[in-house]
Amino acid sequence: MLKAKPFAGVLLAGLALAALPFVVGAGMGNAWVRVLDFALLYIMLALGLNIVVGFAGLLDLGYIAFYAIGAYLYALLASPHFGLHWPAWAILPLGAAVAGLFGILLGAPTLRLRGDYLAIVTLGFGEIIRIFLNNLNSPVNITNGPQGIARIDALNVGGHSLAQPLQFFGLSIPGIYLSYYLFVFLALAIIFITLRLEDSRIGRAWVAIREDEIAAKACGINTRNIKLLAFAMGASFGGVAGGLFAGFQEFVSPESFSLMESVMVLCMVVIGGMGHIPGVILGGLLLAVLPEALRHGAGPAQQALFGRVLLDPESLRILAFGLALILVMIYRPAGLWPSPTRRREFAKADGS
Amino acid sequence: MKRHPRVPFHYAAMDTLIQQLINGLTLGSIYALVALGYTMVYGILGLINFAHGEVVMIGALTALAAIKPLAAAGVPGPLAVLGGCLVAMLVCLCLGLIVERVAYRPLRRAPRLAPLITAIGVSMVLQQLAMLAWGRNYHSFPQLLPATPREILGAQISDLQILILVVATVIMSGLLLLVNRTRLGRAMRATAENPQIAALMGVDADRIIALTFALGSALAAIAGVMVAANYGIAHYNMGFILGLKAFTAAVLGGIGNLGGAMLGGVLLGVIEALGAGYIGDLTGGFLGSDYQDVFAFFVLIGVLVLRPSGLMGEKLAERA
Repeated sequence: MLKAKPFAGVLLAGLALAALPFVVGAGMGNAWVRVLDFALLYIMLALGLNIVVGFAGLLDLGYIAFYAIGAYLYALLASPHFGLHWPAWAILPLGAAVAGLFGILLGAPTLRLRGDYLAIVTLGFGEIIRIFLNNLNSPVNITNGPQGIARIDALNVGGHSLAQPLQFFGLSIPGIYLSYYLFVFLALAIIFITLRLEDSRIGRAWVAIREDEIAAKACGINTRNIKLLAFAMGASFGGVAGGLFAGFQEFVSPESFSLMESVMVLCMVVIGGMGHIPGVILGGLLLAVLPEALRHGAGPAQQALFGRVLLDPESLRILAFGLALILVMIYRPAGLWPSPTRRREFAKADGS
Repeated sequence: MKRHPRVPFHYAAMDTLIQQLINGLTLGSIYALVALGYTMVYGILGLINFAHGEVVMIGALTALAAIKPLAAAGVPGPLAVLGGCLVAMLVCLCLGLIVERVAYRPLRRAPRLAPLITAIGVSMVLQQLAMLAWGRNYHSFPQLLPATPREILGAQISDLQILILVVATVIMSGLLLLVNRTRLGRAMRATAENPQIAALMGVDADRIIALTFALGSALAAIAGVMVAANYGIAHYNMGFILGLKAFTAAVLGGIGNLGGAMLGGVLLGVIEALGAGYIGDLTGGFLGSDYQDVFAFFVLIGVLVLRPSGLMGEKLAERA
């Protein structure tokens, strides 16, 4: 029915997206709208990582470092910490560029080697960035160490701060709803970009490298540069999402950028379906919302079953995601919602 | 750097140098033991076993769990530590076998990315299980071995450090003998060279691979006990950064090469100890020893840029 009239489908989806915060907010409270905002940030991150892991087949285990770079850049340039108050729309592109640059710096020495090295180097890089953020508070205070940077300027659109409610025909729309709309807009933009990239010459080159690097090279693809491009592009998406995070949260500290967060984003890509954009979006949404549900549901459930809380939600989350990674890789290697080509590829690999 | 005019600069520096060298050698021989686990598995399967660091952690914590009651029952210190080591080796050996069977064997023919991802899953699961079993607290390692420091060239070396160095040397020599002189070792080398041909020659590749995991995990258990004894603490979170450094050591020596892993481990330990000892001076106090963990990473990047095959590795082709 919707296929017959694609325009109607788009309109319906748009209306649903626009109404979502009001429905969620009215039904479950505004805390859940906040969860939704974070889910959108995670979806942007997952889509960025999907370019690297899903399209180009390069395992990046320190992806959150680029998010951290974007977030701290925003925090330093728009907070009382240095007394700078740059506008968000200047910082976000800058964040993308700086994160991309770091991606190139990191990728250049490692990408000409086998993929496994990249995994471990990025893993190390993620930790190093965190160590630097933690320790660059003396003798010159740059990152304010483990305390993090507070009172960051909120994001604003057209001069209206997203921390303030907007009066709209007598209707007061809270700030988190406004952030939601901004994030939806940007997430849609990123989805659009990645969808177009997937079918472009570059996207096909990425997939070719993932499938068979030597064959790709033989077809005249400059594999190193194309891999570097994937890496840098993924990094720059991470940088943008990081800036949004800083402006939304108005506070950043190193602990938001632990290895666990990198692995979490990787889980979204892998569990959702590597290289398949709808799958990755599903993965991001699921993995951002499920832990919240766990937080509310797991404690009381354990209390009822065993009489006490055996597993706190945080470890339950990590345990569940670890198991999910193993099980998905063994039983459903192409993810929950795989792309048709990817599924064929894995099926062939299993059968041979 | 500020030099005091009346204290001869090089004497003071010499003491620190030797002290840091001793610390570095101790630390390095532990890295070497862990690096061997990475390099053996890599040599045979071409897989980076990300969960290896967690096996070290489990080894340290199980050993502690065994040592404490033993010591409380009046068993003399060194015997209790030995008992703890044996228990830890047994547990880790089984753990290595289970992990290989559950997480890696089903994926042996899958694309390269797949086992790397399950390895991360295994690592997360092991870490959380350890946290459930032992809690979030730091566990202190009891002082069971005589810790009286001895003077060597103005620096101090404790009995514990000597013990670590001796045990590590013995184990590594034993491993080299096992791999180069025995039937099992020959089967391992053959499987690493070419699993199909090895299978045709009557080598049971599955068994050899499982044994490799078991062996690497047992080494990891000993390394875990050493780390815990050396630093005096064990923690459910200790495995990750240790694993990363040991992997760096393996790459530095040339991954897949046993001698390389040993050399790489010792070198990395020394680089780290010297780096941590001198970084404050070198940067005029700008960077402190908080950055100790950063060195391994820069070593890794440096090796990958300058000599990706490592110090002792053969030139390896880019395998897609």
